[in-house]
Amino acid sequence: MIKPTDSALTASRLNESTKMIFHRRWVRVVDNFFQSRWKGLSVAIPYVWLVIFFLIPFFIVLKISFAESLIASPPFSSLFEWSEDAALKMTLIFDNFAYLWEDDLYVKTYLNSVKISTISTILCLLIGYPMAYAIVRASGTMKYLLLLMVILPFWTSFLLRVYAWMGILADQGTLNSFLIWAGVIDQPIRMMYSEFAVYIGIVYSYLPFMILPLYANLEKLDLTLHEAASDLGAHPITVFFTVTLPLTIPGIIAGGLLVFIPATGEFVIPDLLGGGNVLMIGRVLYDEFNSNHDWPVAAAVAIALLILLVIPMMLYQHAQSRQINN
Amino acid sequence: MSTQERDAFLDRPWKDSTAEPFIRIEGVTKRFGAFTAVEAVSLDIYKGELFSLLGGSGCGKTTLLRMLAGFEEPTAGHIYIDGVDMVDVPAYARPVNMMFQSYALFPHMSVEDNVAYGLKRDGVPKAETSQRVADMLSMVELLELQKRKPHQLSGGQRQRVALARALVKRPKLLLLDEPLAALDKRLREQTQFELMNIQDQLGVTFIVVTHDQEEAMTLSTRIAVMDHGQIIQVGEPSEVYERPQTKDIANFIGTINMFDGEVMSSNDSFLLRCPKISKPLKLPSQTELNIGQQVTLAIRPEKIKMTLEDPHDPSRITLRGEVLEFAYMGNISIYRVKIEGEVVLQITIPNLDRMAERKIEWDDQVFISWHPDNSLVLRD
Repeated sequence: MIKPTDSALTASRLNESTKMIFHRRWVRVVDNFFQSRWKGLSVAIPYVWLVIFFLIPFFIVLKISFAESLIASPPFSSLFEWSEDAALKMTLIFDNFAYLWEDDLYVKTYLNSVKISTISTILCLLIGYPMAYAIVRASGTMKYLLLLMVILPFWTSFLLRVYAWMGILADQGTLNSFLIWAGVIDQPIRMMYSEFAVYIGIVYSYLPFMILPLYANLEKLDLTLHEAASDLGAHPITVFFTVTLPLTIPGIIAGGLLVFIPATGEFVIPDLLGGGNVLMIGRVLYDEFNSNHDWPVAAAVAIALLILLVIPMMLYQHAQSRQINN
Repeated sequence: MSTQERDAFLDRPWKDSTAEPFIRIEGVTKRFGAFTAVEAVSLDIYKGELFSLLGGSGCGKTTLLRMLAGFEEPTAGHIYIDGVDMVDVPAYARPVNMMFQSYALFPHMSVEDNVAYGLKRDGVPKAETSQRVADMLSMVELLELQKRKPHQLSGGQRQRVALARALVKRPKLLLLDEPLAALDKRLREQTQFELMNIQDQLGVTFIVVTHDQEEAMTLSTRIAVMDHGQIIQVGEPSEVYERPQTKDIANFIGTINMFDGEVMSSNDSFLLRCPKISKPLKLPSQTELNIGQQVTLAIRPEKIKMTLEDPHDPSRITLRGEVLEFAYMGNISIYRVKIEGEVVLQITIPNLDRMAERKIEWDDQVFISWHPDNSLVLRD
């Protein structure tokens, strides 16, 4: 016999189970929504963003690079024209690219940019590798403190930090004043507006981009591999060159590209610290656009720079995919 | 010393008080801050031994091994290998090689390069290096896989590469940290025998760290049982199994039945009065005991005989019991028998007959008996 309380219990249980069914149905509906619509949307939003703010501007720049400079508004010829017989006519002018090749200023500037960013990348690697290694080997709180100090500069504006270097490196700046006070020199050394200042600026600004990927790579490295190597008779220096270094090549490549690519196109640092004495492609681009008002040549410089930077990126991608296949 | 005695010592140098140990560990202590990992350990290990350090996790066995390899410095004490004090010798200069628990194969090198690594560091000529690498790889049957990278190998193959890499330098001493832990049961058993064969062939001294008592029993010439950073017993596998010195060791190595009680005497022998059992239990002879002393009588499950009829053997201790449950293991059956006073004993019986002929079933009334000299007296 079922007592009243029992039946009430049964009823409430039934209720529970129907609730569960409803609940499940809702979950399914929501899940489907997220899976189909939301998933699509979450992928679409960044792509729409990239199309509007990257791809379209890129094509506009590409278009301008094939145009002719005019004294008008806008200061370039239009690419497409309706001819008299109502056909669409496209005029591509390759003069701008030819000009980049003919005037050796551009080739020289490109080469100089590549030289400066290559040397800066190597300097960042030489300074950053031991730092990343020390951070990985540091214990507990110290490790996080050191990592925080690497990231800390990002909390102030990049521009401000470059201005700070101007204050340090100027003829009457902090460094010269200190050296004179310490009696090392009598006359201030000219440091500003030189390649030296540009190297200092680039290495200082981009060092964290070298340290962080190296840190991530070294952190994952199995320390027993070092022990195994030393157990097999390898001196600590040999352990580094035969085990640690080969296993951190992915980190070196990642860090190297993160420094090399932005450093090549760098504008602020050569402009503020290098003045007129250091030619880098970013500055030439800026001058071409703002001082010469030659938009088509400026656009051609930008496209050429992009091609220059895409090649190392593609090499990296290739290296990475090969590593995954291995 | 007679020739006969000398022969007896040939295989068991630890029995010979005049033999020179190959490795001498003298009062070694290792502290990490306030934690003592290894405390005042002294051990002599002889040439050609396959010595096991056995213990649960955190007992200090791995720390001791790492001190032998040179990865840790002892806080106090000395380690001598072949008569040379190792304290100031860095890991890379020791005549010792280690096989790591994780194998620690270099992921960016082929099998061949992994094995050749140690020889290259010693500046062994190229031709000799490749010859020795090939010899070693054919010994572990991996010659055809020499161009592969470690991640293209199975667990058992990696283990053999690690072994080849450690042995190719012909070390005086090979340290093995849980060498078989990552392998499945079948492979583990097979590899155990391979390890023993290789050790026999090359005559290298092996020190093996393991938490697996069965592994230690099968592999070793001697076992050191460790607990809380100390060595609590050293002996041949049979000694450690048959004559464990403490209850902990008896429990750790195999299974054992125990009765706590007080020693009393009768005529010519000592008896144990166990509060839960009405009948006093005869203690093994040749044990020094005092009347009134609290001791534990211990008996291994396979030393107990179980019959349906009373054996009427006055030399044996006989108790009545009831079969609670049993487990058929194929080669043996394990029975749990309840005797008086709610005491449950474990008994293993070899399956001499087929399963169908099994005579003792659940709830059967049985007689269990053992000879007092097969039992042990343990103190805390």
